[in-house]
This record gives sequence, C-alpha cells and structure tokens, in this order.
Amino acid sequence: MSAPQVLIGVEVHLQLKTKTKCFSPSRYHYGAEPNTLIDPVVLGLPGALPVLNREAVRLAIRTGLAFGCEIAELTKWDRKNYFYPDLPKGYQISQFDRPLCTGGGIEIDDDDGNPKTIRLIRAHLEEDTGKSTHDEGGTKSRVDLNRAGAPLLEIVSEPDIASAGEAERYLNALREIVSYLGTSDGNMEEGNLRCEPNVNLVFENGDRTAIVEVKNINSVRNVGKAIEYEILRQTRIYHDDGRTMANTPRSTRGWDDTKSATVHQRFKESADDYRYFPEPDLPPLSIARSWVEAERAELPELPRLRRARYAEALGLSPYDAEVLTGDPILAAWFEQALAGPSGPRDAKAVANWVQGELMRHLNEEKVELSQLALTPAGLGELVDLTTSGIINAGTAKALFRDVVRSGESPAALVEARGLAQVSERGPVEAAVRAAMEANVQAVEDFRGGNPKARGRIFGAAMKGLQGKGDPALVNEVLTELL
Amino acid sequence: MLGRMNPLGGMTPFDGDHPLDQPVATMAARVRDKDDALTAVELVQASLMRMQMLDPGLGAFLCTTDELALAQAEAVDAKVAAGEDPGPLAGVPLAVKDNLAVPGAPLTCGSKILAGYTPPTWATSVERAVSAGACIVGKTNLDEFAMGSSTENSAFAPSRNPHDLDRVPGGSSGGSAAAVAAGMVPLALGSDTGGSIRQPASLCGIVGLKPTYGRVSRNGLVAFASSLDQVGPMARSADDARLLLAAIEGVDSHDATTQTFASVAADPSASLAGLRYGVVQEFALADVPGGEDAEAAVAGVRAVLDEAGATGVELSLPLVDASIPIYYIVAPAEASSNLARFDGVRYGHRTDGAQDLESLYAKTRDEGFGEEVKRRILIGTFALSAGYADAYYKKAMAARTRLREQFDAAFERCDLIVSATTPTAAFKIGEKSGDPLAMYLCDILTVAANLAGIPAISIPCGRDRAGLPLGLQLWGPPGSEGRLLDAAEQMASATGLGYEAPRASGGDA
Repeated sequence: MSAPQVLIGVEVHLQLKTKTKCFSPSRYHYGAEPNTLIDPVVLGLPGALPVLNREAVRLAIRTGLAFGCEIAELTKWDRKNYFYPDLPKGYQISQFDRPLCTGGGIEIDDDDGNPKTIRLIRAHLEEDTGKSTHDEGGTKSRVDLNRAGAPLLEIVSEPDIASAGEAERYLNALREIVSYLGTSDGNMEEGNLRCEPNVNLVFENGDRTAIVEVKNINSVRNVGKAIEYEILRQTRIYHDDGRTMANTPRSTRGWDDTKSATVHQRFKESADDYRYFPEPDLPPLSIARSWVEAERAELPELPRLRRARYAEALGLSPYDAEVLTGDPILAAWFEQALAGPSGPRDAKAVANWVQGELMRHLNEEKVELSQLALTPAGLGELVDLTTSGIINAGTAKALFRDVVRSGESPAALVEARGLAQVSERGPVEAAVRAAMEANVQAVEDFRGGNPKARGRIFGAAMKGLQGKGDPALVNEVLTELL
Repeated sequence: MLGRMNPLGGMTPFDGDHPLDQPVATMAARVRDKDDALTAVELVQASLMRMQMLDPGLGAFLCTTDELALAQAEAVDAKVAAGEDPGPLAGVPLAVKDNLAVPGAPLTCGSKILAGYTPPTWATSVERAVSAGACIVGKTNLDEFAMGSSTENSAFAPSRNPHDLDRVPGGSSGGSAAAVAAGMVPLALGSDTGGSIRQPASLCGIVGLKPTYGRVSRNGLVAFASSLDQVGPMARSADDARLLLAAIEGVDSHDATTQTFASVAADPSASLAGLRYGVVQEFALADVPGGEDAEAAVAGVRAVLDEAGATGVELSLPLVDASIPIYYIVAPAEASSNLARFDGVRYGHRTDGAQDLESLYAKTRDEGFGEEVKRRILIGTFALSAGYADAYYKKAMAARTRLREQFDAAFERCDLIVSATTPTAAFKIGEKSGDPLAMYLCDILTVAANLAGIPAISIPCGRDRAGLPLGLQLWGPPGSEGRLLDAAEQMASATGLGYEAPRASGGDA
C-alpha cells in the first residue's frame, strides 16, 4: 500500500510592526509589564470607538504585494462576535467578505528540491486579542491586554503543502519575506508569528481523514513535528478504526511540547457561529491604485530572487547565496562591499571575507552588523589589497582585526605601516639565504629526503620578511636554492 | 413635598422673567457681558435650586453634578472677568443624558450592569459644549441603554412628564426632555437611535433635533446601535437647539464616522414662501387609533404654511411602512454586539455566584440587564445567527438601503418633509409597559430618519384634546439642519405655537 497523500493548509497570524495599535493610539511591543499598553479603546470602555491606523493597512498592502496578492479596491471591517475574557469588546474587528488581500502565493522548494508555489487564499487585517494565563490549580486566570488591538495579518494558504518539511520551508520563506519587507518581526517565540496548520490525508482509494487543526505551536520546528505526528496518527486511526471525514467531525488539537504529541481539544461539529456583520464604527476603505503602485515600487528584491541572482549572476555557490541572503541587512552589507570604485569586485572573494572573518567576528564579539566601525567599503578595500597582491593573506587577516574595530582605511594603514607585500627578488632571496644559513640542519634533512623540513626554512624566511613576503615568490626562490 | 409645593403650578422662578427662562442667546450674552451683573454661577445656582425643588417629583435626573457645574461656572466668570470669551453657551446650565461620559460622574445608562463605573474621559459632544461655556448640572434618566420610549425601562425609576405627572415623558431621552420642559435647564443633550430625542421632545412640548448621522461625534456615547445613534440637542426653541448643535457638531478624530456638513447657522434670507414641503402618504395617521389629534395638528400647520406661500407635495415612500421591522432587526443586531462588553470581567457589575467562566457571563448579564435589554440582545443575536442572518439582518440592511434611496428621491421633489412626531401625546405610566410591541410603535414616525441617516427635528405643535403637548416633525436631506432650524423658527412664529411652561395637573397635585 502506498503512502497517503498529505494535504496541509496553514493559517498564519502575523503581527505587523506598527508603532501604535490597529484601531487606537496605544503603543505595542513585546515584553512590557502586563496591562500597561492600553487605552479606552483597547479596554473596551463604554463609548470608546476604534479609529483605523493607516500604517497597519500600508504594511498589510506591502506584505500582500510581496506575496503576489491582489489588493482590494474596496475593503471593509466586520465584527466577529464571541465571548472570552481576553477579548474586551466581546467582538474582534476583522474582515469577513472583503479581505484586503486575495490570491498570490509563496514559493518554496519541495522535498526533492524543486520549486513549488503554495497558493494563498487570502490575507486579511484584524486586531489581536489579549493574552490569558491560567494558574496551575485552575482557580485563577489572568488577562494581559497589552497585545489586544495589535494589528494582525491573517494569511490563509490553500492546502498545497504536502509534507512537514514543506510546511517548515513555507513558514521560513514567509518569515524571511516579511523580515526583508520590515513589516513584521516574524518571531514565533515572541508570538508575533503564530501558525495553525490543518492536516488531513487522502488514501489511494479516495478515502479522506477528517481535517484536524493544530493550535499552540511555538516554533517552526514544532510545526513540522506536529504535522509528522498527525500524519502517523491519522494513518493509524484510519487503518485501525476506519475513521474518515465521512464519519468523523473536524477537530482542533493542541500541540503538547513535553509529550511531543497533539492532544484533542474539541470537535467542530457545527461551524462556530461568530455572527459576523459589518463594523458600523468604521467606514469601508477605498484603496487608491496609486497607493498600491507606490507600495509596489518600494518593494525590495525578495530573498528567493536575490538568491537566484547571487547563484547565477554572481557565480556564488547555492550555500553562499543562502547564507548571504538569509538576513536582508547582511545581504545589503555584502552588496555594498561588492561595489568597487571601478565596477563590481570579485563576488567570491567578497563572499569569503563576509562569511569568514566578518561573521566570525560578529559571532565571537556578539555584535550587530550595524555596530561595526568597519564599513562595507572598508572591507572592499581590504579585498582589493589582497586580490591585487599588495598584501598577503596573513597580513590581510591581521589588518582586518584592526580595522573591524577602528574603522580605519585598510589602504591607508598598509601605507602607514609599510605592510605591503615584498615581491622583489632581491630582499626575498636575501631572506631565504639567511633562513637556510640559520637552519642548516633543516636544509640537510630536506636534502636527505624529508620534505617536511622545507616548511621550517620557509617559515624562517617569511619571519625574516616580517610576514610580508609574497608567499609564491618565497617558495620559488626556496626551490631554486635548495 | 411635591403636593405641598407643586412647583409646576406657577412659582415665581417660572414666570418667564427669570434669566434662566430667557432664550439661551440672551442669557449667554448677559453672562459674557462684563457690565451685566448676571453671572454663570447665578444661572447654575438657579438651575440647581430648581432641580432640588422639582426633581423629587419628576425623576428627570439620575445624579446632580453641583461641584462640577459650579467649578465650570466659576471658570466662565473668571474668563469674563479676564476679558476672555467663554463661548456662546457661557454659563448656560446643561443636562446630559446618562449614556454620555462625564469624567468623575457615574455613567449608568439607566442600567444596573454599570454599577460603580465612572468614565475616565469626556464624551466629545459634552466636552465641546463645556468648551463653549456650558455648565453640566446633572445626568438625566433614560430607558436602560436607551432602549425604550418612556423611561420606564430605567433600572432605577421612571421619569414623569412635567405636563402630567401620571404620564411618561417619552424616551429614551425622557429625563433630558422633562428637565428642559420643567424649566430646570434651558438645554439638554439626548441621543436618538430610533426617535429617542424627538419622541420625548414631542411628549414634553419642547424642541428636539436628531442630526444627520456623522455630524456629531459618538465618542463617549455608550453605543446602542452604532449605525443609528446620534447625539443631539433638546431645548425650548429651535434657536436654542441651534446654539447647542453648533457647539457640539463637527469632525472628531475619535469617531471615524464623523463628517463635515453645511453650517447650521441661521440663513437670514430663508423664508416659508416658496418652500416645498413634502407630505408622506405612509406617515398619515388616519388609521392609527388615537391619531386624529396629531393628524389635525399637522393639518393646522399645513394650512399656515400654505398661507405663508409654501407648497405641499404629496409623496409616497413605500418602505416607510417597513421601517419598524427593519429597525427592530438592525438596531438589536448591533446592540447584541455592542452590549457584549458588559461581561463582568473589567468593570461594572459582576455576579457573586459564578462557578466558572460560563456562569460568570450568564449570571452577571442576567442580574445586570433588564427585560427589554435582554429581549433586544436575544432578537439581535437571533437575527445575526448563521442560517437566519440572510433572512433577517441582510434583508433588513438591503431594505434600509432602498429606504434611503426613497428619501433621496423624495428630497428631489421637496425641501423638507412634514409629519407628526408621534401618533399620540404622552401616555400613562404603565399603560404600555406590558406590551413591547405597542411601545415599539411609538417610534413609527421617527425610526426612518435614523435608518436613512437624515436629520429630523420635533417642535411643539399645540396640544391634544386632553391638553397634552403634541409635536410636529420636519425631516430634511443629509446636512440640512440649518434649513430645518430656520423653518422651525419661522413656523413657530407663523403658527404662534411653541414651548409653554407646564401647567399644574395630574400627579398628586
């Protein structure tokens, strides 16, 4: 029997990075003291009215455009009614029948490494709820309304995702895009990206298992684990009990991290009745095409395209392209370093420096790119000094350690300290001869058939040249004289 | 107390000579005049004194705000002394319906569910009136959450009609109407969702105006039905109402539904001659039991209008007949959502008897809300429910759009529409309280203005055979308040009909 086809759709709630909330003037940021980022609208005080934050709409349009969505010409707000203590008004302002964004898709690699588009159904803007925490004993619940009213883009995919790996790549791709756009932090741990996959299986004979929606997942990796768990669980209950969509209702399960399992929460026998109706406090919003086009013009090159360009136009390895494009700030830094005064520098050489010395420095010193004294142009200069043979690799590395902190011009330092590589025959030959005289034993060993002894003489010659000798020339002279 | 004093029987403060009984423009002008001895504090004290004497018998106020009013009056007087302009409502005592937020004063909405709640911020309309110099003397009684037409749905006590203490003042802004009619204040703020300013104005013999939807900010007005609610002025004359409306109107950054409309200022060239007034067939009261007096009053005004050179235009707006059914789906639907926030979690009443979250909600709301509010929450929840929303809410909204179109078409043929405000004058307390449908029909001549979002004003129009006030209603296209107020003033002078101080009658007098 062949493995069943897996159908996965993903619902993502993405918190947009506005300064203030979606419909009120309170600020929002993660990690503040509970119930400090509030106002009468957030609290649902009697008589308080929502007023749209247009920046939330702008960020939603920008994100939607990056996903290739259609942006509605007329969008409107609806109330989704339900009772819960972290929903102060007893309704959530959302969008029901006229979402801001429809269609579009996100491109990922399938499990065989081939490109595949996960189509989007829609992306709509809504306000976040507060956060409830419940005491262990179950006697007390606490509500923090800081998050309530923060703008969320709810992104709903078609069930085009066929495996746990694809789901993880979908989320990573989405996250990477929004971090390129700067529209969201996209951080699952801080809850500004939340993800609820729904999973079911189709067997060869056409039988389908009931759709299960999994909630409470706090990392991309756990999304994958939850899906893997569901595939196994649904396969087993189908084979053991013959449970299918036809005889089992849809259900919601929660991810239990300690058990690494999904746990049944509730059946959705009748669809939840949220009694949606148009939000009378907010007029419908017409979105001028000129606004949409202005946002489109502002879109940056997106990571997947940039990666392809690095591989094809710049000739970088797929691995290098992946690393350099993984962070939009790093990619921008790299491209600035790449731009030389007379045309682009050698991409491979610049990439090596960025991924080697630069990344090592950032990791070891735990600093951000933006905090560096070294400018991209400074690194470019260093690359030029090595590729043109003015300094050797050892000097370059030593120089990097200085300029990365000081921000001085590498070329100026080479000049001031006389670090330029010694490439003239005369001084090199003198240094080699001196090294041979000082290491008579090594010369004898080498001539007696021990090739390793050569290294000692080479090292001594380089030392005699204060490390500035052109290694190729030193080698050449050494071979001759030996 | 009331029997002994019967203050409505013509005590000296009510002889019309007291500054408080003069037009608002006059009293404000005197307060603003540095050389005039009349002060804002004197006006406020006079108002507070009348409230102290009269209100025990009327129940118009849920609370008085003496300290606030006197502080505001002192600030006005200080400005006058300093040569600054305290504004066009300088020192004018103002009563505020208790579904509008005044910081420091309890906000009850006539409901037990808001027990202990005091708002932190001003309702924009009230704040603007205060900025124009008005002084808030108290919060007035209303039907719970403005749901009703008699104030009998107040969780505290019904208000009484100053013209007959056995009768209702109308509702839901009944407290505001009674306060103005009894002479306790010259101005009051009300709110109108289906007639809640105009119907009590009519029953109490005063002027009440529901503005165009969006002219006055709803910020700080506790929402009943958000797409219908408007705050508006209640006064003894159209010109007094105009002054209050001019102070409170305008775009507000806290209410996204506010818009700028044409000025409400009086047009000196306005005239009844050449005016085209519409008479809507569907507003006829010939078949309504007890509607003859109101019908006759309208006919009387029409005769005066015709004599003044106005022209009557017969109109039919078929969907007006559906306005009560449309209203009683749309308004409860929105109310069911607006009232969800009263859940006992953050403020107001919370039950002592909750075992779990479900019972916290159920018991809090069962204990906190009155019968009529519960009835409307149920109707509204039902009208929005899956499987029913298409037949009820969506159909009602579609009909509402059509009704608005019918009004648009009507106003191409006439400048304003004339009708009665209510089919009958004030009814007895208890007469309709057991019959919700009879109560709903009190709004039959008013709800269409809210559904269409258009302005309408009720002005005094004589009395019925029992001597109780009747109201005439003028309806105009969006933004036409200035014209409606001009016409109201001219009609008052042409007919000689206007506000009259209550005569002693009814009650325990």
